[in-house]
Amino acid sequence: MLHLDHLTLTVDGFRLSADWSIETGTKLALLGGSGEGKSTLLMGLAGFLPPTSGRILWQGRDLAALSPAERPMAILFQDQNLFPHLTLGQNLGLALNPRMKLTAADHARIAQVLDRLGLSGMQSRKPADLSGGQQGRAALGRVLLQARPILLLDEPFAALGPALKADLLALVSDLAAEAGTTVVMVTHDPADATRFADQVVLVHDGVADTPLETKAIFADPPAALRAYLGP
Amino acid sequence: MADRPLQITAGLLALLIATLVLGTALALASQSGGASLHPADWSAIRFTILQALLSTAFSCALAIPTARALMRRRFPGRQALILLMGAPFLLPVIVAVLGLLTIYGRSGLLNAALQAVGIAPISIYGLWGVVLAHVFFNLPLATRILLNGWHAIPAERFRLAETLNLPSLFRHIELPMLRATLPGAALSIFLVCLTSFVVALTLGGGPKATTLELAIYQALRFDFDPGKAALLAAIQFAICTAAVTLSARFTLPSALGAGLDRSLVLRAPKGRKAQDAIVITAGALFLLLPLFAVLIEGLPALPFLPIEVWQAATRSIWMALASAALSTTAALTLAQATARKGSRLLELSAMLPLSASGLVLGTGLFLMVRPYIRPEDVALPVTILVNALMSLPFLYRLLFPEAQALHAAYDRLAQAMALTGWPRLRYLTLPRLARPLGLGTGLAAALSMGDLGVIALFAGQGQATLPLVVQRLSGAYRMDEAAAAALLLVALSFTLFALCDLGGRRAAP
Repeated sequence: MLHLDHLTLTVDGFRLSADWSIETGTKLALLGGSGEGKSTLLMGLAGFLPPTSGRILWQGRDLAALSPAERPMAILFQDQNLFPHLTLGQNLGLALNPRMKLTAADHARIAQVLDRLGLSGMQSRKPADLSGGQQGRAALGRVLLQARPILLLDEPFAALGPALKADLLALVSDLAAEAGTTVVMVTHDPADATRFADQVVLVHDGVADTPLETKAIFADPPAALRAYLGP
Repeated sequence: MADRPLQITAGLLALLIATLVLGTALALASQSGGASLHPADWSAIRFTILQALLSTAFSCALAIPTARALMRRRFPGRQALILLMGAPFLLPVIVAVLGLLTIYGRSGLLNAALQAVGIAPISIYGLWGVVLAHVFFNLPLATRILLNGWHAIPAERFRLAETLNLPSLFRHIELPMLRATLPGAALSIFLVCLTSFVVALTLGGGPKATTLELAIYQALRFDFDPGKAALLAAIQFAICTAAVTLSARFTLPSALGAGLDRSLVLRAPKGRKAQDAIVITAGALFLLLPLFAVLIEGLPALPFLPIEVWQAATRSIWMALASAALSTTAALTLAQATARKGSRLLELSAMLPLSASGLVLGTGLFLMVRPYIRPEDVALPVTILVNALMSLPFLYRLLFPEAQALHAAYDRLAQAMALTGWPRLRYLTLPRLARPLGLGTGLAAALSMGDLGVIALFAGQGQATLPLVVQRLSGAYRMDEAAAAALLLVALSFTLFALCDLGGRRAAP
């Protein structure tokens, strides 16, 4: 269970509070307009932003003392998800061992993940040699190898076209289901939420609301969601 | 946090730099107790400031028409000429002085020409020789800064001026640009002239043309009067600190800035073509003639250089490499630490060496170690250390923006991937910063290779560096050998620079 216990985050005078929990394996969408604090919450979860007050607990354990790399989370940013000067093989290798001391088994795992993502044999390519969709897949490969129980997505596929984005989200869905991963995804697009998420958290006016079932929230939108969706 | 080792290393480094620079100041102040200023010393202070003011004024005033002419004309070799104007920054001073002597010296080309038409010969020694040499170095620098200023003006503003048919391009476009760039340029030139030692050593001297730096050198080397040297060095320290503090109010322009290849259509006024041609030709000749003179004079003697010259060259190369490695490592550590945490104190420590000159730092260190060690025993390490310190501000300014950009783009990913310490340096920092690191190492190596300051104070038997050998040869009027050694020095300096720069480019992703 991921539990945000009276959590408050502050950035440059902007405050965001959240107090709720989700079950392990949930796919959660953080939905809201730009500047409402969706990414702030994600950065707080990932450990880039220390809480002003309150706690973040995973399976009952407080994460406060853990650095981003030590947390049970992998994250995909909006951009810069791969080091452009390293090959795909090296980028994925770092996910297995930051000292890049890779065993034969590690190399086999990297090849296996690339196969699974439709990037067979592209170990020696650099990110710039890939298409946008392939780059998205390669970044997914990185978090797949990190094999953390929680996956954080900060609108990583926003720059891709709608069809590609839907493809990649479906892929994330499958992979998360296979491994029982808990996913927290930031999005401003209600369509992403309906397509992908089990539950939705509305982020507005400095508060991240209690999660609601996706079907329920869109069937009977609360006032804040109605305002966001428009007439 | 994960970057604590870096912050601690950077903090210790900053402390070390502060101790070296401020400790030097303290040593100078405490050891100058018994000495007092004689009229000759006052005249050295006056001369130092006067020559720096005149050199700055001439460099800036001449740079305006030169930059303007280069800006509005296109001709074959224009790019090469602009590129060449960056060269004096790396050119060993002693080499330039040698070239100037060949043209303007007692038996130089100019005097030969004057004699042919029956005019009395002129002398390059004294105030005007010192100013001439400083203008030779700083006119190209100022011109490049102003060219950068011109290029930074948005093309829209020129188009606006044209559509409005403004009567004076100067008043509405050039003057605001000059007002923004010239004060900073003038101050950096003033600082360079204030602390220039070799020019005064070779072209100055005597009661009327001794700078503070030269007076310090004479007090230590000939009068064996450490108290006097300490007092003079303390005064020089104070003047430099005042000038640096003043310059902190201006954004100092970087003459190393790239981007001189953008073509901008600056419409030339009609009928000024001849005038521009004269300005550009005169500027090019002023810059090129002395260099050609060294080449022509030195080339034939190159194969016959005595073995000592080659030994000094080898010594100079490894000293330059050691100094460049020290300086680059320090600058990278400080730049990275500042980029991650943004501490102004670290940045200040990187700039601290600007408040002293190499000779002043050397004098201070000499006075500090004197009770314990013979200065000759540490001449080479001290020279390496001082040269590394003197390049640090340049390298820091070069690396900091790059380190900042790297941090902004990839710090979060690196943190998420647990990429810290040595793997982070190896797989992220070094490859991403290879280009500026190569350029910076090259600059530091070339500056150190050509430096003639501290080593002139201490060098014992068999410790001469190549610039010192050039100076000794020319002091002994063995001009052919001096020119040949100078040629070797230039070739080695530029080769070191080019190799490091190329290495950085090659290693860059």
